[in-house]
Amino acid sequence: MNVAVAVDDNNVRYEARPSASEAGAATKRIVVGYGFWIFLLSDIIMFAVFFAAYAVLSHATAGGPSGMQLFSQRSVAIETGCLLASSYSCGLMSLAIGSRRRGATYLAALITFLLGASFLVLELREFAGMIAIGAGPQRSAFLSGFFTLVGCHGLHVTAGLVWLAVMMAQVAVKGLRPTIKRRLLCFSLFWHALDIVWVWLFAVVYLMGVLS
Amino acid sequence: MNLLGKLNWSAIPFDQPIIMGASGGVVLAIVAILSWVTLKGYVPYLWREWITSVDHKRIGIMYIILALIMLLRGFADAIMMRAQQAVAAGGAQGYLPPEHFDQIFSAHGTIMIFFMAMPFVIGMMNFVVPLQLGVRDMAFPTLNSVALGLTASGILLVNISLAVGEFAKTGWVAYPPLSELQYSPGVGVDYYLWSLQISGVGTFMTGINFVATILKTRAPGMSYMRMPVFCWTSLAANLLIIAAFPVLTATLAMLLLDRYLGFHFFTTDAGGNAMMYVNLFWVWGHPEVYILVLPAFGIFSEVVSTFSGKPLFGYRSMVAATMSICVLSFFVWLHHFFTMGAGADVNGFFGVMTMIIAVPTGVKVFNWLFTMYGGRIRFTVPILWSIGFMVTFVIGGMTGVLMAVPPADFQLHNSLFLIAHFHNVIIGGTVFGLMAGYNYWFPKAFGFKLDERWGRASFWCWLIGFYLAFMPLYVLGLMGMTRRMQHYDVASWQPWLVAAAIGAVVILAGIVCQVIQLVVSIRDREQLKVTADPWNGRTLEWATASPPPAWNFAVLPQVTDLDALWNKKQRERTQQAQPLKERKFEPIEVPKNSATGFVTAFFAVVTGFALIWHIWWMAGAGALGIFLTMLAFAFRSEEEIEVPAEQIARFEQAHQAEIAV
Repeated sequence: MNVAVAVDDNNVRYEARPSASEAGAATKRIVVGYGFWIFLLSDIIMFAVFFAAYAVLSHATAGGPSGMQLFSQRSVAIETGCLLASSYSCGLMSLAIGSRRRGATYLAALITFLLGASFLVLELREFAGMIAIGAGPQRSAFLSGFFTLVGCHGLHVTAGLVWLAVMMAQVAVKGLRPTIKRRLLCFSLFWHALDIVWVWLFAVVYLMGVLS
Repeated sequence: MNLLGKLNWSAIPFDQPIIMGASGGVVLAIVAILSWVTLKGYVPYLWREWITSVDHKRIGIMYIILALIMLLRGFADAIMMRAQQAVAAGGAQGYLPPEHFDQIFSAHGTIMIFFMAMPFVIGMMNFVVPLQLGVRDMAFPTLNSVALGLTASGILLVNISLAVGEFAKTGWVAYPPLSELQYSPGVGVDYYLWSLQISGVGTFMTGINFVATILKTRAPGMSYMRMPVFCWTSLAANLLIIAAFPVLTATLAMLLLDRYLGFHFFTTDAGGNAMMYVNLFWVWGHPEVYILVLPAFGIFSEVVSTFSGKPLFGYRSMVAATMSICVLSFFVWLHHFFTMGAGADVNGFFGVMTMIIAVPTGVKVFNWLFTMYGGRIRFTVPILWSIGFMVTFVIGGMTGVLMAVPPADFQLHNSLFLIAHFHNVIIGGTVFGLMAGYNYWFPKAFGFKLDERWGRASFWCWLIGFYLAFMPLYVLGLMGMTRRMQHYDVASWQPWLVAAAIGAVVILAGIVCQVIQLVVSIRDREQLKVTADPWNGRTLEWATASPPPAWNFAVLPQVTDLDALWNKKQRERTQQAQPLKERKFEPIEVPKNSATGFVTAFFAVVTGFALIWHIWWMAGAGALGIFLTMLAFAFRSEEEIEVPAEQIARFEQAHQAEIAV
């Protein structure tokens, strides 16, 4: 990155203030955050494809069970609660990082991790229960779409948990230096984005599945 | 439990002389090159300066080398198909059995799109965009190196399929249900899927990197409307990458789940929907066409304006046209399969959208023509390619608009008319553009020009060969010949196919001329040596030395207008020569070399190969390897190294002295 900048000022009339688009390279924090935002947007496009596939196949049950017969609203409600609460603790972690309180950072990260892990355990129990009664992804196109869409979100949560663990190790080893803070910023963006995807999942898969 | 999954000795087709000859030759060539490099002691140099380099210029050059090699491979497939169809008329079966012919046309399409055109375009953007923006590197240099590694991994997997196992026999689009396990039980489709998934991740990283670079790290003073057109078209192409490639990844992932875990997305039973694959594939596929051609449009813009000695006509309309193509390209996908039977209203909508997207392209053609009008044109090799493009591409565009009419498309769908059309736009647009760019920026990359005479010869061979090879296909399409035929009974088709085969041979002559051009230019590099600005260029890449130093610019340029370098040169001409100020240089931080890209690529190949052959332990080991590599990267201690000011001053003095001579 262009940290040390010397500018060729031959023949240049400096105007009062260059507009933002003429200001030269942005700081590394902005560039990294921006790049990660683009990644998240693409990731959401990938989810959009799985959503579309699910929508196309949602009635293709091939004589098998439908969403109304399978989904347990209680379990899903608890899952949702876990995930939304983990976003809150993730926000607390960002605040702790901002004020450079390491202990609070670890604590908030631990709460986030535990809530995320509980979400995963509940989801896996739901999956295992469905597979046990013969409603696995091989049963029908509808179930293929369901397991892929929800499972893709679950894989993202798993990756997030691994990432969070690695980041805490990095905080312990390297401290809250700028590189680490940038990565933590990206992590929290990622974690909140998973929440947004879940809200859609909840609405499209579980609510609409039970209504129809 | 078998330790090697499905892999055993029968995977290698010892009984097929053509395949064994080809793969034996490839293996021998690789062994020869590797041992030459090792014996000459070049390995440490290659490792230090190229393989672990995160310099965008080096990475760009490596992308282009990969692309040129794959051009040879893809062209070998092409000329084999032309030879087969030239002889396999009436009762004759030709020399290629159907299962081999099917693999060849699938490999040809896959390689040319994903492993020739894509790396070539990405290589060009890598080399040129940061220089034109007046910056020192990409936003994420190591990510760039990983992206290159993953592209190379995909290429390696496709080429392994030549010798070990087989490639897909489904065509490059791999439509289900044919590509499902039920109808393609072999490893061919798996080779296709995994090589595209791995290289697709690389392409996706490239997209993020370029958008962040172009939008967030331009030189001071370079507002959006001062960006060179090539940067604009690269921006559009990379926006398309980040919006379209996730669709491909998700679609191929669903096909993989069908094949590996028995899901039912696209199967014929249990409610699967094969047409969903076709729709999703082209939701990616049509923007992909513009990912390939928009950067080529950018190259033509730079070339035409440089060699006409004029600013580009209608810069603003060029930008507007580029960005409207970028958006519109997501609204035309259904024209690839009007025959799906979606009904008159849906087909009508997509037909109209397809005709509308031709309008901004037409705007561009007029802009190039008006740029040349009244200019003092220097007929160098790059401008020859550009003029060849304008004529050829307009023909290809018009046949495309013909097929945008749904009733006409019902006749022409999957016929050779279609084949002629898309080769007409991809070769006439993308390939010609890349060749123009290759000749145009080569002196910047290596400090010497490419030989003009051989360059001209190669252009004329390509142009004539192209018309000979593809115009007959339009006729054949109208005569009713469909694509992908291993043999045929209609005798009246044969003369046209013979003509097409001769055309392919003429293109081969063009490729040979290019190889000779490269060899001759390297031999005569002292006579062909150039300094910073050999073409009297207009944009910032010509403001620094050829080849540029690792830090690109000793002092970052301050941009005050469009065509930044041209205007600076004009100002210096009108002003009295000022005594050179004693320049003060500051140390520059450049990103540190990293083996991350190479190691990731290694493990990606291991994982991909293991998944193709169902060697589960090895797939796990490879995935773990990738994870550990990322971990090692995350924990590294040093990210950048500082180039001392004295070194920069020394380089600048040498460079100034060179210019003065």
